[in-house]
Amino acid sequence: MTSLAFVARMAARELRAAPRRLLLLMGTVAVGVAALVAINSFTDNLQDSVRRQARALLGADLALVSRQTFSPRVEALLDTLSRGARLSRVTSFAGMAYVPRTAGTRLVQVAAVKGHYPFYGEIRTEPRTAWSQLQTGRRVVVDPSLLTALSARIGDTVALGEGRFVISGTVESAPSDAGVRFAFGPRVYIPARYLQETKLLGFGARVEHEAFLELPAGVSAQALADRYRPGLRTERVRLRTVADDQRNLNDVLSKLTGYLGLVALIALLLGGIGVASAIVVFVRQRSQSVAVLRCLGAAAGSIFAIYLLEAAVMGLVGSVAGALLGIGLQHLLPGLLSGLLPVDVNPTLSWNAVGLGIGMGLWVALVFALLPLLAVRKVSPLSALRRPYESEKTPRDRWAILAFLLLGGSTVALAAHQTGSWRQGAIFAGAVGVALLVLWAAAWLLIRGMRRWLPAGWPYVWRQGLANLHRPANQTVTLVLAIGFGAFLLATLYLVQHNLLRQLRLTGGPARPNLVLFDIQPDQLQAVERELNAAGLPRAPATPIVPMRIRSVKGRPITELLAGSPGQDVEGPSNAWVFRREYRSTYRDSVVASERVVEGQWSQAAQSPPRISVEHDLAAELGVTVGDEIVWDVQGVPVITRVGNLREVNWARFEPNFFVVFGPGVLEAAPQSLVTLTRIPDPAARGRFQRRLAEHFANVSTLDLSLLQEALERLVERVVLAIRFMALFSLGVGVLVLVGALATSRFQRVREGALLRTLGATRRQVFRVVLAEYLSLGLLAAAVALALASGAGWAIARFVFEGSFALPALQMAALTLTVVALTVIVGLANSRDVVRRAPLEVLRDE
Amino acid sequence: MHTTMLQCQSLTRTYRSAGRDLTVLKDITFSLEPGGFLAILGPSGSGKTTLLGLLAGLDQPSAGKVYLDGQELGALNEDQRARIRGEKVGFVFQAFQLIPTLTAQENVQVPLELRGDDGSAARARELLARVGLAGREHHYPSQLSGGEQQRVALARGFSIRPKVLFADEPTGNLDARTGSTIIDLMVELNRDLGTTLVLVTHDLDLAGRASRTIRLADGTVVADSAS
Repeated sequence: MTSLAFVARMAARELRAAPRRLLLLMGTVAVGVAALVAINSFTDNLQDSVRRQARALLGADLALVSRQTFSPRVEALLDTLSRGARLSRVTSFAGMAYVPRTAGTRLVQVAAVKGHYPFYGEIRTEPRTAWSQLQTGRRVVVDPSLLTALSARIGDTVALGEGRFVISGTVESAPSDAGVRFAFGPRVYIPARYLQETKLLGFGARVEHEAFLELPAGVSAQALADRYRPGLRTERVRLRTVADDQRNLNDVLSKLTGYLGLVALIALLLGGIGVASAIVVFVRQRSQSVAVLRCLGAAAGSIFAIYLLEAAVMGLVGSVAGALLGIGLQHLLPGLLSGLLPVDVNPTLSWNAVGLGIGMGLWVALVFALLPLLAVRKVSPLSALRRPYESEKTPRDRWAILAFLLLGGSTVALAAHQTGSWRQGAIFAGAVGVALLVLWAAAWLLIRGMRRWLPAGWPYVWRQGLANLHRPANQTVTLVLAIGFGAFLLATLYLVQHNLLRQLRLTGGPARPNLVLFDIQPDQLQAVERELNAAGLPRAPATPIVPMRIRSVKGRPITELLAGSPGQDVEGPSNAWVFRREYRSTYRDSVVASERVVEGQWSQAAQSPPRISVEHDLAAELGVTVGDEIVWDVQGVPVITRVGNLREVNWARFEPNFFVVFGPGVLEAAPQSLVTLTRIPDPAARGRFQRRLAEHFANVSTLDLSLLQEALERLVERVVLAIRFMALFSLGVGVLVLVGALATSRFQRVREGALLRTLGATRRQVFRVVLAEYLSLGLLAAAVALALASGAGWAIARFVFEGSFALPALQMAALTLTVVALTVIVGLANSRDVVRRAPLEVLRDE
Repeated sequence: MHTTMLQCQSLTRTYRSAGRDLTVLKDITFSLEPGGFLAILGPSGSGKTTLLGLLAGLDQPSAGKVYLDGQELGALNEDQRARIRGEKVGFVFQAFQLIPTLTAQENVQVPLELRGDDGSAARARELLARVGLAGREHHYPSQLSGGEQQRVALARGFSIRPKVLFADEPTGNLDARTGSTIIDLMVELNRDLGTTLVLVTHDLDLAGRASRTIRLADGTVVADSAS
């Protein structure tokens, strides 16, 4: 006859008396929700910013992009399109900038601008008029970093190839100011009409040609794109619209924030474990009340409902508190991610993210509370009278299996929502499951081991402390899970970062080349080598580079390959880039150290048609294997080849590596440029040599690998910082669970301490018992976390980044120490009363 | 109205403990008329509490049957038995067993609320006044003395005007004087409301106030004052 009203009334009364420590554990939900709301709200803001700024990012309504000079057909189309519209062009390439006054040289990205680019958004300069006056003479506008690098200032003359320009201003901000693109050098904007004077576009230079269009009102960019894209595709011209850019950018960015969201989700799941452990203790404390309620006639289901409702209310309170915290925290994210984002993000309240966060928090609290709460239904009314005689063998609870499935399913669903893919959600849930299982197994083994093999010869305080790990109602498993998972996450992150950076530094290590000389014309090679010899510098044999394009693969012409099938994605076939790109191939007679033949043979003998070696991932994209035919277009000359072997290439090494390598005797006569490497350890000497080269060989560019390495390191550190920020939430939850779990069992500990002291233990001994307990707990959690992290770190280094793995012993020891210290400090702080309160006072308190 | 309020036939309860069968009750048969006051006596471990649990439908017998107000309890599932308890049975425990998170008044209200009784608060106050706790309605169990807690438990036990009230060593945790006032109250309520009382105790003085005593030893009835 129990009504809903009874359930609600009882739940309200229970909540009124809810111990503060239970609220603390609901706080663990709050931390996870805060992290989720912050990142999801940030994601919403980011997408909003992309939507509002996409036009400014492109700078036009429509853009045509190609790696080669536009063909007459494309030019004719541009003529047609620009009728009634405005047209602007940008030609970009790499070249050396040299400031005679300071004698500084630096590889730069030159952008030669013609017309009123950009039509939308603006390039802000210092002084402000510099951009509008760019076209009025031999002027350049440069990135501020170039001035720093060359010790130059506004007003200085800068040499670009054989052209001379006055630096008239610096770029404060420009559209598409994102990350990696400028790792290869600062930007320099020049007026296009002086482009020829520089003579930088020598043979083999990598050039990007862009045409920007501002369409008249009423003309749809999308309609034009739909109409001309297929034709342009076969001309190897990519067509970009604001909508495409926005979609692509959103895809990339949502991947980034999706992963950050996963890290936040881990914090929430750990909070769920905190909830579950709190409920276990709670149910145990309430079992007498439950038995009495059963005696008084309450149905098992209604009692279960009372406590479930209570858990829901607490989960809701925790989630709302977390959401409020998250709204505040999201203001930190734009700062953390600055430099990685192409748009400015203004944190605004996202109701969507807030509602979702609260919903996820409530759901996690409920799902994790469900399993331990089911035990309430099993409490016998008889236990109000006396302790049960037997541990009644209850048949496996159907509901428990259901609750367990619900838990697993929810985890997968939440992760899938966060990443936007069921597959990734399942993988994530599986990985988290495995990590938790290992931690759980370790804790279980510890408990079992202590019970069975605790050496009787050990000092009493140690035996007592360790025995506490398996006392009835111990929370060893919960604590190992909570502390261990947070530590595991941080350790893995650190290991990945360490190995990435280590690899970058190895690559740039001593005895490795640190300067690349490229775009050397064949007739310059001897002179350049003489320079190197004169300076006493080591040099690798020069590597020839022959630019070429694909004409046909296995008899299918390129036009057909690029067109793809109708109704395909706007970008054409997903592997279109492998057909469209310009291949910069080389020829030699043997494999080099950074590659390995994985299929077929590297044949010395000349064969007809000539055999080529193809990088094996590229071969997969091209859909070719050993024996297949590829016809190349080498500066208009068709060259028929067959795939002779497939190679694996270690791209991580800063060396000239190639997708396609020819044997000798085919390309020698083809137009080509050369690249060579050298090493100059001293930065000043490196600068002097680059300058000398810039003076004598204006078209030869030098890439300082140590600068590139620094830029990449900064990028890695930025990404890691953002992930670590999210991972800290997990550690925070771990500490909260620790505090909560210890508070829950505090009374028991205080009583035990009092009892020991009544029996004659000194405060010091009691203190050491507690110390032994937490020390072993912290050590176990840290050790397992470290072992797990090493495994995960190794797997990521080996399979994701395809590099080697090293374990930094010192840093890992420091992390272990921190985790153990944290555990012991929180443990001892919670056990103050154990040694402080008088035994009599405690024993009387019962 | 049935002529017997409580009846048990060949009641046997066997537990499995540490791999061995342990027979706690063997072949108990008796019946009790409405309004009667039965004391079950016996030393520790004689099976008194087990018998009480079976009579109240808190546990299932290994063999035999229990009829409460004409209803065979073995034919019901646990939730149905809970409903019977909610309608017809009251309890008083040795350890009081008040719900620590509820006030005195709320503890008394619970059985009434379970049956959806709207006037539960007024009825609870009235009962508390009856056991001499007027003005203490909003105290929590931890703020009451042992005797006061047991009086709240008594008020709770009688709140639904049960047909049978089971009391398990109700004075076991109290001093002699407080214990005797509790028994006085029980007898008084038994008289006023016509409730059948079943009292488990090992206190002979207490048992002496019952209209009938059954003495248990090693799980069997060794003496029954009615026979």
